[in-house]
Amino acid sequence: MTTPSTPSSGRRLGRTTTRRAAEAVVRAIIYLCGWMAIIILGAIAVFLMWNSLRAVQEAGLVTMLTGTAWYPTSSPGKFGMLPLILGSLFVTGVALAVCVPVGVAAAVFISEFSGRLVKEVMKSIIEFMAAVPSVVYGLIGVAVLIPFVRQFFGLDTGMTALTGGIVLGIMSIPTVISISEDALHAVPAELRQGSAALGNTRWQTTFKVTIPAASSGIFAAVMLGLGRAIGETMAVLMLTGNAAVMPTSIFESVRTMTGTIAAEMGEVVQGGLHYSVLFAVGLVLFTITFAINLAADLVLERQRKRWRR
Amino acid sequence: MSRLGRTRQARTAEAVARVLTGTVALSVVAVALFIFVYIVYNGIGALDWTFISEVPRDRGREGGILPVIVGTLYVTLTTAALTLPIGVLAGVYLAEYAPRNFTTRAIRLAITNMAGVPSIVYGLFGLAAFVLLAGFGRSIIAAALTLTCMTLPVVITATEEALRQIPQDLRQASLALGATRLRTIYKVVLPAAAPGIITGSILGLARAAGETAPILFTGAVFQMRRLPDGLSSQFMSLPYHIYAQVTSVPGWNRTLVWGTAFVLVAGVSIVSVIAAWWRSVQRRKVKW
Repeated sequence: MTTPSTPSSGRRLGRTTTRRAAEAVVRAIIYLCGWMAIIILGAIAVFLMWNSLRAVQEAGLVTMLTGTAWYPTSSPGKFGMLPLILGSLFVTGVALAVCVPVGVAAAVFISEFSGRLVKEVMKSIIEFMAAVPSVVYGLIGVAVLIPFVRQFFGLDTGMTALTGGIVLGIMSIPTVISISEDALHAVPAELRQGSAALGNTRWQTTFKVTIPAASSGIFAAVMLGLGRAIGETMAVLMLTGNAAVMPTSIFESVRTMTGTIAAEMGEVVQGGLHYSVLFAVGLVLFTITFAINLAADLVLERQRKRWRR
Repeated sequence: MSRLGRTRQARTAEAVARVLTGTVALSVVAVALFIFVYIVYNGIGALDWTFISEVPRDRGREGGILPVIVGTLYVTLTTAALTLPIGVLAGVYLAEYAPRNFTTRAIRLAITNMAGVPSIVYGLFGLAAFVLLAGFGRSIIAAALTLTCMTLPVVITATEEALRQIPQDLRQASLALGATRLRTIYKVVLPAAAPGIITGSILGLARAAGETAPILFTGAVFQMRRLPDGLSSQFMSLPYHIYAQVTSVPGWNRTLVWGTAFVLVAGVSIVSVIAAWWRSVQRRKVKW
């Protein structure tokens, strides 16, 4: 005798099995997507290394990194990256000189001295600055800053490391402000209250207690601003003049690593030596920014742990 | 007396610090305002029906930017279609499944590092992986895949944050009713977190729409007679159009280039503002 419940329980069982199978598949997909960040980052590293293999074999890694002549189209081509690396450093140095003091001071004002309304307004303004595409910053630089730098310093050309660096510094300000502000905000209220209870003024508290307590976060903000500035392409390409010679001052045209890749990749033979060398430049860039981001991340993590307690 | 002196000194320092940091903050506002006004002032004159409905003529010195706008939309929407499913599932993994161990820490590290990889390096990767190795050629799909790699960290982070804000009670109630974990995520957690996920993703995609470096070698072209007609077609793009005009067209038309910049910035900002506004409305509606 069959129980009336059998067919229905059988169907239920069947549905559960298929559903289980479906769940397993979906879970597998979720796990795969979860791992995607590592997969992509690894793929980027592998592709960069694989494509720069020819450059390392034929031009030599040390020769490239220490060479002072970048004549990729002469025959035989010279692939000294030092002018490009220095170019990037000059531009980035100027950018840091702009964005660090401005960004940190503005963050201190927003976090310590301003009310809620001012805070909200400043946040939207910073979001707007971060949302403007880099090519538009480049365009503004071309229209405003290039003529200004040329006239103000009496130079032959306004396309200098200084010009690119200033625009890059302005572009990095949102990053520095928002991360410094987060770091200041994360300092526990008890520290501030304790300092105030000892009779310190707001500024004394900020200067002697809050900023030292948030220093690792502010350091991370500077590092991330630095990473952004080194990796920025379009604005420097439009503003620095792109002369691939060893730079001696910030009032000269320079060519950055990013600008070199962008400007030359369109004209090379795919798979050729020059092509491979440009990937090697990309690999250098990737390594530098990776180290910077890793350092910033470790510092931020340590700070997070410190305040968790 | 000396105590009084110290206090006065401290008060002066306080005032100086306030004025100084305030001035710096104000100068940041001034720069942002200048950028905004300058773009609007220079660009708004170009806007008319011809500008948005015609193709560029004479290397962009005349005519409009219709294929440029269409190309940007095409690539950005393709990027969205690729990024959203992968990014949301990755966020679900991190918020709902990931164990607290070394691997998860490594995944998080990879995500923050991806956000810091220079855009031109993504361009190189896209060229080597999608254009050449995968054989897509310079095309919308190759460029969209490249932009997807770049936008993924934003979408993943937005999703994880949104999911973490959903209270545990909601999940437990669903599980108690007999729903499986996956069904709970799909029917309860994800819908509740949708505003945060969508807004964060839109902000990331708006940024992708303004990127130039990743599409330089993966599919963007300066001149196209027709509109893109499929994923394997090349395309014109607003940021690339600006760059190409300024750097390689002698006597570029100021009005039209600024008009293009205006359209780009306005598009990106308007979409971002609407997304942020919508999220705040949704947040006010739901109180946990």
